[in-house]
Amino acid sequence: MSLDLASSRDLLRALLPELALTLAGMVLLLVIAWRHRTAADLRVAGWVTLAGFAAAGAAVWWLWWHTARAIGAPAMIAVDDFRFVADWLLLGTAGLTVLVSFDYLERERLLAPEYYALLLFATLGMMLMVGAGDLMVVFLGLELMSVAVYALAGINRHSAAAAEAALKYFLLGAFASGFLLYGIALVYGATATTNLSQIGVQVRTLGLEGSPMLLIGLALLLVGFGFKVAAVPFHMWAPDVYDGSPTPVTGYMATAVKAAAFAALLRVLDEAFGRVPTWHQLVWWLAVATMVVGNLVALVQRTVKRMLAYSSIAHAGYLLVAVAAGTSAGSAAFLFYLAAYTLTTLAAFALLAAKGRDGERDVRIDDLAGLGARRPWLAFALAVCMLSLLGFPATAGFIGKWYILVAATTAGQLPLAAILVLTSVISAGYYLPVIMAMYMQPEPFEQAHSGMRLGRLAGAVVAVSVAGLLFLGIRPNRLLELATTSGATLGAAPAVTTTAPTSPMPTGR
Amino acid sequence: MYARWVLTALLVWPVVAALVVLVLPARRAKHVALAASLVEFAISVPLWWTFVPAQGMQFLLDAPWIARWGIRYTVGLDGISLFMVLLTTFLVPLSVLGSYQYITTRERGFYFAMLVLTTGMIGVFVALDLFLFYVMWEVMLIPMYFIIGVWGGERRLYAAIKFFVYTFFGSLLMLVAILALVYLVAQRTGVYSFSYAHLTGHIAGLGTLAFWLFAAFFLAFAIKVPMFPFHTWLPDAHVEAPTAGSVLLAGVLLKMGTYGFLRFALPLFPTVALHPAVQRVIVALSLIGILYGGLVAMVQPDFKKLIAYSSVAHLGFVMLGIWALTLQSVQGALLVMINHGISTGALFFLAGMLYERRHSRLIEAFGGIAKVVPMLAAVLTIVSLSSIGLPATNGFVGEFLILVGSFRTHPLAVIIATAGVVVAAMYLLPALQRVIFNPLDKSVNAKLADLSLREVAVLVPLLACIIWIGVYPKPILQRIEPSARALVESVRIDAMSATAVR
Repeated sequence: MSLDLASSRDLLRALLPELALTLAGMVLLLVIAWRHRTAADLRVAGWVTLAGFAAAGAAVWWLWWHTARAIGAPAMIAVDDFRFVADWLLLGTAGLTVLVSFDYLERERLLAPEYYALLLFATLGMMLMVGAGDLMVVFLGLELMSVAVYALAGINRHSAAAAEAALKYFLLGAFASGFLLYGIALVYGATATTNLSQIGVQVRTLGLEGSPMLLIGLALLLVGFGFKVAAVPFHMWAPDVYDGSPTPVTGYMATAVKAAAFAALLRVLDEAFGRVPTWHQLVWWLAVATMVVGNLVALVQRTVKRMLAYSSIAHAGYLLVAVAAGTSAGSAAFLFYLAAYTLTTLAAFALLAAKGRDGERDVRIDDLAGLGARRPWLAFALAVCMLSLLGFPATAGFIGKWYILVAATTAGQLPLAAILVLTSVISAGYYLPVIMAMYMQPEPFEQAHSGMRLGRLAGAVVAVSVAGLLFLGIRPNRLLELATTSGATLGAAPAVTTTAPTSPMPTGR
Repeated sequence: MYARWVLTALLVWPVVAALVVLVLPARRAKHVALAASLVEFAISVPLWWTFVPAQGMQFLLDAPWIARWGIRYTVGLDGISLFMVLLTTFLVPLSVLGSYQYITTRERGFYFAMLVLTTGMIGVFVALDLFLFYVMWEVMLIPMYFIIGVWGGERRLYAAIKFFVYTFFGSLLMLVAILALVYLVAQRTGVYSFSYAHLTGHIAGLGTLAFWLFAAFFLAFAIKVPMFPFHTWLPDAHVEAPTAGSVLLAGVLLKMGTYGFLRFALPLFPTVALHPAVQRVIVALSLIGILYGGLVAMVQPDFKKLIAYSSVAHLGFVMLGIWALTLQSVQGALLVMINHGISTGALFFLAGMLYERRHSRLIEAFGGIAKVVPMLAAVLTIVSLSSIGLPATNGFVGEFLILVGSFRTHPLAVIIATAGVVVAAMYLLPALQRVIFNPLDKSVNAKLADLSLREVAVLVPLLACIIWIGVYPKPILQRIEPSARALVESVRIDAMSATAVR
């Protein structure tokens, strides 16, 4: 199906998923205007949100099934498989977050149905980001997402930590948005356009590869995105914000927010700056710094939530390796890794939410001692999550890491691949203690884990995630295929050509 | 039928049995595990007869796995891996039987881990696809980590994480090397494949990068062997592991390192491996391992630690035999790999039995127990003598072959290594004397029980192998020879032709 985005009918078609979600948002707002008092009302809001996500997912599927592609002049939005797969990832993440939230909100007495509305609009913003064909749309989506997530971080009004998290996130996030906007302005100044593919064309025809204005603009863009994905040295906000937010929100921030920002970054770099080799250097250093610092600092954390916060920084570093590869194999590896990482992280945070109380800030790794004997299934699930985060074979995390390594080695980035595996070894130093505590240390006192309760829906989410992790670890073929073909649709123009000759690698194109 | 499916059956059966163990009541766990591992052994035994020495790789099975990356499920067996597989299936039932009294807590988990470990170990030895090999290499890490960490001694947590991190470190670098190797080969041949046959067939022209790739493989395998100076995880892991863990660790897991050299490091990088400087360094490290392991073993007060360091020395011999790269030396190395599995496995069983009786691993806790437990003392004596390498035991044949074979290429190294044989006598015999002879000066030792029927059942098969290989090693050597010869020749020819091209 070819869509001429100049015609309004085709444009509406191309925006169908976003429109469906917006509509669901309207309905949701109406529903919660009347029903916002009891726990039952909260559940209704949750189900409406889920229905909205399902409808949007179906719309994405419809576009994907008809292999929708944009024709004609470059437009504000992109229509390609990369967007569709990223949309599915985001919708899936959001849906799983809703399922985990049902029990959590009731247990923590957060009877605010706005929670779901915010979640829905944040997701809408993310979908705009990954589907943006223009820097202005990127910014629009980013702001829509960010504002909603700021509020989500502080949704628990009785918690000082949550208020601190929200304020911190808001201040630094606003700062980052400023950087991003300034970057867009400079890029516009250099190329006279904000359209991604037009920027690429202008760079090529006008020979702007070395233009200082463009490069400064690019650097500022990277700073802005760096904040959102929590890449070192722009990560300072992340641990405190992750720590203070309600745990399902933390899970959502660590996965979906990161995924959307990364997908947009990948598209911007690929389509607009494919001809500017400088960003490879910058991203290279960002990746190294993020992997090293994230892993080293995670090593000294004592509470599970903070450890996972730093671990998510480390994983942002791994994803940056895929970005730095700058090939379609890199994009594909990025998609696959993101899927694996999202499943793992959501399950881990859901399990953490089941263990803790009041924001789970004080669940130390040692508090998990003896869980293996007392609650074998929960311990098993958490162990699988830890192994998947570690990138251990027979889990999806391994296949993801493997794919990133493949992308890095084929792009001639052997040192980066070596740094990735070395930092992975460091990460064994904080993932394994969780397993050790659960299985190899005695329960500190009788009934230490009696308060641990995983709701039915959250339990289902965890079960499905863990089963998926194990299955993908052994039989990743279908998802690999999807990631590879859709990764290849990103950026029609190949990125900076490396010295390597045309490779027979499974780059997908 | 048998030839096609036997290896897959060997891989799948333990996992199935492990799941069965999990669902059955805990008190049945050990019996089920024993039965399952005996079945596993029974499946593997016909390999001995159906194996055709002259045929090279056999029992092949090849199926697509992740086609997009050129990853296939390929398993096969040759003279090098045959005995590693048989050794594994032979030692596992004995280890299970040997754990009957030692393991009293969380039995289901223990036997589950043992059976999964079996799959991992056999997988490493039969994998002919580098992806499959890597997965198996890592998968076997987790059950062993749990066996040490959950059922180990006092410092088990430290030992478990040290074991894990050391191995993980080496193997991840190997992972990058595998990817780079596959990519480089793919660039020239146009086929992106992890197949062992494909990669070994197109190794020419890797250039200087070959050295770094070799270094990554070397590190992974050298840590596993373990070679001096990467051996420091070994004493901790051995001492803290429960008996069955120690036996399998020494009997099988260490061999994965030397097997990795024979199967991967040498055939994939012949030019690097035969480079005089590289050879000199590795042979020197092997010699240091032999002497250092022996000397340190001499001063150990802890019986298990003594055996652990003796492993460092024995594996030093194996490494010497591999790197001397003559037919006899490689044959000898393979034989020592088998012998070490049997003798050191038996020593760890005996150490475990002594521990179960006295709850001490210290040599000085015993003394004069030959009168109290004559059977145990006799077995310990025989096993120690075989470990020293007394003629008519298995230990002698292997070490002798290594020394004879290596003399042609590394005469000086052989002279030094021979001193290592003397050192072996110097650490084991005094220890033996202090444990079972000397006066019976501790009253607690006067009431020790002699070997039970179960313990006899564990030790007799091992004793039989010790004598059999010592007296009549020909059937084994016969089966090893063609593969060893092919390996030596192909490595030498590849290295020569590569040098000629340059």
